[in-house]
Amino acid sequence: MAAVTEAPPLAPQPAEKPPRKRGRLVPYWLLLPGILWLIVFFALPMIYQASTSVQTGSLEQGFKVTWHFQTYWDALADYWPQFLRSVLYAGAATILCLVLGYPLAYLIAFRAGRWRNLIMILVIAPFFTSFLIRTLAWKTILADGGPVVGALNSLHVLDVTNWLGFTSGDRVLATPLAVVCGLTYNFLPFMILPLYTSLERIDGRLHEAAGDLYAAPFTTFRKVTFPLSMPGVVSGTLLTFIPASGDYVNADLLGSTDTRMVGNVIQTQFLRILDYPTAAALSFILMAAILIMVTLYIRKSGTEDLV
Amino acid sequence: MAFVRWLKRHLVVIAGLLTLGYLLLPNVIVTVFSFNKPKGRFNYEWQQFSTDAWRDPCGVADMCGSLSISLQIAVWATIGATVLGTMIAFALVRYRFRARGAVNSLIFLPMAMPEVVMAASLLTLFLNMGAQLGFWTILIAHIMFCLSFVVTAVKARVMSMDPRLEQAAQDLYAGPAQTFLRVTLPIAAPGIAAGALLAFALSFDDFIITNFNAGSTVTFPMFVWGSAQRGTPVQINVIGTAMFLVAVLFVLAGMVIGNRRNKQKA
Repeated sequence: MAAVTEAPPLAPQPAEKPPRKRGRLVPYWLLLPGILWLIVFFALPMIYQASTSVQTGSLEQGFKVTWHFQTYWDALADYWPQFLRSVLYAGAATILCLVLGYPLAYLIAFRAGRWRNLIMILVIAPFFTSFLIRTLAWKTILADGGPVVGALNSLHVLDVTNWLGFTSGDRVLATPLAVVCGLTYNFLPFMILPLYTSLERIDGRLHEAAGDLYAAPFTTFRKVTFPLSMPGVVSGTLLTFIPASGDYVNADLLGSTDTRMVGNVIQTQFLRILDYPTAAALSFILMAAILIMVTLYIRKSGTEDLV
Repeated sequence: MAFVRWLKRHLVVIAGLLTLGYLLLPNVIVTVFSFNKPKGRFNYEWQQFSTDAWRDPCGVADMCGSLSISLQIAVWATIGATVLGTMIAFALVRYRFRARGAVNSLIFLPMAMPEVVMAASLLTLFLNMGAQLGFWTILIAHIMFCLSFVVTAVKARVMSMDPRLEQAAQDLYAGPAQTFLRVTLPIAAPGIAAGALLAFALSFDDFIITNFNAGSTVTFPMFVWGSAQRGTPVQINVIGTAMFLVAVLFVLAGMVIGNRRNKQKA
């Protein structure tokens, strides 16, 4: 095997063999089943959802398409606080993930040495315990009167967060802080992994060069390391923000009725109230908002080839 | 002063380790509380040490049944998504064809879509078709959202493959099938394995899409969700801890084998 890989590059073929008739269809046969699956169970549902959102009717008499676009305005008028909350909580969680995740990704990429693989495993391993069980563990960690809340209280952190409206009274559970904390925890690995991938590709000699040119460590980071890790920052923020904005598990398990996000509304409308048009309209608005934000963000940060 | 200098030099390491602690703390809690003997229905407060739950992991009604449903779905979803995804990945890397851009976005979009949107729209499709919600609708949904991740994992590996290896095989009179089975597939195997592992983990742990499309079928994550309302048995912590340990052991074993192989090669 080694002999083959080290062989000198083959001379360029004089002429391409004319593709056989059968061979030309090969890519289409390879693509067909998977793409068909995605068309039927991903793209087509989007169309069904769009059509459901402009229907009116009731569960008993059935729904009919009446091009009732009013549903969208009603949905926005009724649920704008939940939309706003989704954006704010997901945004806060994304920033926290970046701030918390960057040092760890940096540590794995440059400072871990022979511990690198072990730390990597420890970052990924929690994935194998159901995320719902791990989210429930935060109920224990943030329990009223527990050590964490006690410490925050005695350090007067809770006074500050109370003043900001992130918590209320002596509680952390059932407040926005708990929800953001849970979101940050759940999506942190999605930030760390792309950050690590782009940091690991950086040539270590660039750091030395910056040092040789009398850049202080922090200047090296600001002018060399961070700009070079931008692809990781962009894909990390997207991989964190998108799922966080549609999440309803953290808001449900760790929050209260005052922390409901748009995902909670879609879930209740669809599965409990059975108001399909409103639910479909909300879901459609969420999808459109995400797609617009993602497109703008990718344009602005100039990393077009993420896939 | 020396301490300040030490702190400055190791600031990144300290911050990184703190983050690692934040990531692992819930797993520690899950493990510790699997030895708890709670007083009420909920297992959120420490009472006293006990190994009852470990000695009787299936002692809760319906839990192990939901676990077995989740495992079955995860296995079939992994097989389905890995086969379909690998085929797409090969087509994307190795062939020229029309509508490549459309195919690429169709693969990217499911990863860039909040789960709740996919879940809700898929449910409208199933409702419109009058499909019976249950095992099969969950499986269809899981294959759908795992597919893109498999494509990405396999594509990365196939792209870094040296095409000359396959040419060499053909020069040595290997037929197309033989080349594929004995050269291409073994080299692509780590990518396919990574994709399959990812698909299994995603499917096994999925809650949001499953919750919308499951009907009355209860998977393990749905059981946990329900228990958060009704009362959390200690046994879910036992399952959580066991899964964590098995995963870590698997990965460690894989690393040891990988290291040994590398040493043999060297």
